[in-house]
Amino acid sequence: MIWNPNKECMSRDEMSALQGKRLHKIVEYVYHNVPFYRNKLQEMDIRPDDIQTIEDIKKLPFTTKKDLRDNYPFGLQAAPQSEIIRVHASSGTTGNPTIVGYTRKDIGVWSECMARCLTAYGITRDDTFSVAYGYGLFTGGLGAHYGVEHLGASVIPAGTGNTEKHLKLIRDLGITGIACTPSYALYLAETMDKLGITKDQIKLRAGAFGAEPWTESMRKEIESRLGLKGYNLYGLSEIMGPCVSYECQEQNGSHICEDHFYPEIINPVTLENLPNGQSGELVFTTLTKEGMPLLRYRTRDLCSLMTGQCNCGRTSIRMGRIEGRSDDMLIIRGINVFPSQVESVVLSMPEFAPRYMLVVDRVNNLDTLQVQVELRQEFFTATFDTPAAIDELEKKLAAKLKSVLSISAKVQLKAPGTIERSQGKSAHIIDKRNL
Amino acid sequence: MKQLSIFIENKRGTLLAVLDALKEAGIQIIASTISDTQDFGIYRIICDDPERAFIVLREQSISATLTDVFAIQLEDKPGEAARVLSLFAEADISIAYMYSFLLSGKGILVFRTSDTDRTRQVIKEKSLQEFCS
Ligand SMILES: [Zn+2]
Repeated sequence: MIWNPNKECMSRDEMSALQGKRLHKIVEYVYHNVPFYRNKLQEMDIRPDDIQTIEDIKKLPFTTKKDLRDNYPFGLQAAPQSEIIRVHASSGTTGNPTIVGYTRKDIGVWSECMARCLTAYGITRDDTFSVAYGYGLFTGGLGAHYGVEHLGASVIPAGTGNTEKHLKLIRDLGITGIACTPSYALYLAETMDKLGITKDQIKLRAGAFGAEPWTESMRKEIESRLGLKGYNLYGLSEIMGPCVSYECQEQNGSHICEDHFYPEIINPVTLENLPNGQSGELVFTTLTKEGMPLLRYRTRDLCSLMTGQCNCGRTSIRMGRIEGRSDDMLIIRGINVFPSQVESVVLSMPEFAPRYMLVVDRVNNLDTLQVQVELRQEFFTATFDTPAAIDELEKKLAAKLKSVLSISAKVQLKAPGTIERSQGKSAHIIDKRNL
Repeated sequence: MKQLSIFIENKRGTLLAVLDALKEAGIQIIASTISDTQDFGIYRIICDDPERAFIVLREQSISATLTDVFAIQLEDKPGEAARVLSLFAEADISIAYMYSFLLSGKGILVFRTSDTDRTRQVIKEKSLQEFCS
């Protein structure tokens, strides 16, 4: 089922034309209502009339998280306070939170986009749907809630507390859909085991998982333990909240509501646009937002975009899984290196444990990259009892790394269990360069 | 016979950890040698109970494996090692690595070859004396 075929299955030409028209309008709107953007555009000698097609977006300045922080609390708000009907705040790890105000129309767009997501997950007005995101300043709870109501399904505003009671409701009310973080879904599964509730006793069919990065293996585990199909739900409060993109039954990339949120992928260093299919930093421009419209907002999420019609019939552009954060990027000998690239190579070779450490140094004014990996105990067999055989394996990894990273890395084998499991983003980087 | 091969990271204390683990378990090392590169080494051990030593090391998360090697007891005269090796060279068997040690005055030559079956055959044909721990 498709909630809004007019938009979700629009021809590419019509979509580009619509995006161009909306981009012109939004630039004109911020030019007249947000001094921050007016100053920026004037500095760059850009007038709203210079922006006519979606291709013109490349002329526009970027917006960063720092810009939001510097303009705390309402500096980037375009609508007058009287038009704002709701305010969310995202937690900042440092300094001020990000404040986002929504007009009535914004809430309507949000609900509409969220209904598209839910429909793609197979939810209809006949379903009972539990929202187990946090309700409050965080956009997850209320965002999903309004979407379920807009769709016409029955919403159970479970929130994140009292998991046992929630599970009782899931079982007794025959709840068929749930929105929560993937880690909460696993926690639900554990609690089910503890209470002796089996997946045959519950009717959950679809799960909308987001708000934190998750992997294919987590998806498989959640799906088998809860007996449902798990779908990605992507969003960020600066742009709107959950609803920005969603997976369909194909589970192959998340369809972006691109009539409202225009995506670009850029090289986070040169800020150049990258072609579709290539990984880089995801950038969004809100095409219709009134409360706090943003031009080319740098999400710092790394992913790639996929074009081409999906088997589900939707024509909208899809984004791949979030591969990492651009904050993690290293520049080595002038080349951008992402730990996630190293990770994908290490994971592709079963001889190595899924752990690694990047050690960057500068020797004689030249950057060096060392990749430390552990040879799995079970792979250290009689075949590997000569240094030459292990060298061979190191060379194989080094060659793979070189082809992915475009720079050579020295592979250093460590004893099993000596590389710390990564806890957070910079845990697998040691940069000794003191730059 | 079984040789214990252990992956050793070139870092202070790793060798000691192996030796401590074997000592705790009461395993006696008969001979050992290290083959190393700049970053790591393969520590090869002939001991009185390789199977148990293997389990002990694995329990300590030390990468170890059991390898089939040959140990030939040499006669006590000059040129004996060369003679034995030439027998394998003649049979077109290459030696992956080799080391030797003395036990109760007897020279023992330990080696791994490219072809275990044919090595065994040569040992039988030429009546070489295998050493058993
Ligand atoms: Zn699709």
